[in-house]
Amino acid sequence: MAFLAQDTSGDKVITKTTPRSASMDFRYGLRKGIPIALGYVPVAFTFGLLAASGGISPWMATVISLTNLTSAGQFAGTNLIIAGAPLLEIAVTTFVINIRYLLMSLSLSQKLTSGTSLIKRAIMAFGITDETFAVASLEQGDISFSYMLGLVSSPYWGWAAGTFVGALICSVLPPAVQSSMGIALYAMFIALIVPSAKRSKPVLATTVIAVVVSCLFTWAPHLRDISAGWGITIAAITASAVGALVFPREEVQDE
Amino acid sequence: MNKTLIAVLLMAVITYIPRVTPMVLVRGKLKSRFLRSFLYYVPYAVLGAMTFPTILYSTGHVGSAVVGMIVALVLALFERSLVTVAVSAIVAVYLMQCLI
Repeated sequence: MAFLAQDTSGDKVITKTTPRSASMDFRYGLRKGIPIALGYVPVAFTFGLLAASGGISPWMATVISLTNLTSAGQFAGTNLIIAGAPLLEIAVTTFVINIRYLLMSLSLSQKLTSGTSLIKRAIMAFGITDETFAVASLEQGDISFSYMLGLVSSPYWGWAAGTFVGALICSVLPPAVQSSMGIALYAMFIALIVPSAKRSKPVLATTVIAVVVSCLFTWAPHLRDISAGWGITIAAITASAVGALVFPREEVQDE
Repeated sequence: MNKTLIAVLLMAVITYIPRVTPMVLVRGKLKSRFLRSFLYYVPYAVLGAMTFPTILYSTGHVGSAVVGMIVALVLALFERSLVTVAVSAIVAVYLMQCLI
């Protein structure tokens, strides 16, 4: 993958000097978004099934996907809606699960093309998901509004369409195929991390620490009672802080 | 507005807040070397923490998930494309589930 060149080129990652047109950026982003969209369809489909089986109409399920555009958060929130939970509980749960977006948004804020307007930033922020973040943040060079728009568009519509179809048709795929597809997004994450971790010891060390802490939050007594959203956030903060302390990076000269 | 729609819109707003706040408030580059290094490592840390150990429970059967994970790890080590890695993992999991 092209963006992985970042690790081998040391710390001199400088914003590409070649001027890029907005439509070039958009098309490039669009291309990068297609595998994400493919990964979303089965997950969205599952979400549609879950929502419909809980008595939520296909239209409402689609509205949830169009307005929330997040997997774990809307799965959990929708479960609570189906269970008739109070609004406060729905709000708190959704927030805790989505707290990791604070980190992702902060991380991406450092890669935006300078001079990106407030309104454009606000629109781009809506498109931050685990997967679009993964692809955008590992992109070499800066991130423009057009790029992000291109990157997000097919996953966005794939997410909505998958939800609608899933809710409409209950189970068409054999269960074995459906459950096999559950691994797709994680396999994609592995494909994103491993090549970088192979080249850079600091990246490998940071990732391993994050995984260990994440395992603690999944299995260790007491720690496992903490919600998954917090577990991931704490794991990522701990690992990145250790990484930054032990392997501080040279300043990037891009200002 | 019915209660479901209110809950859905509430979820939408609450999901949007952590996405938009840093991006709108933090303009320009951070000065601290620590923070910049920290943010450089964040993507890997977040992805690592999100993938492991959740991947083990992603297929409803730990055994098939382990096989899928190994296939993904090996192909990723050889730097295959995202789609290749994802599809191969799915196929591996599916074959395992047929065998079990």
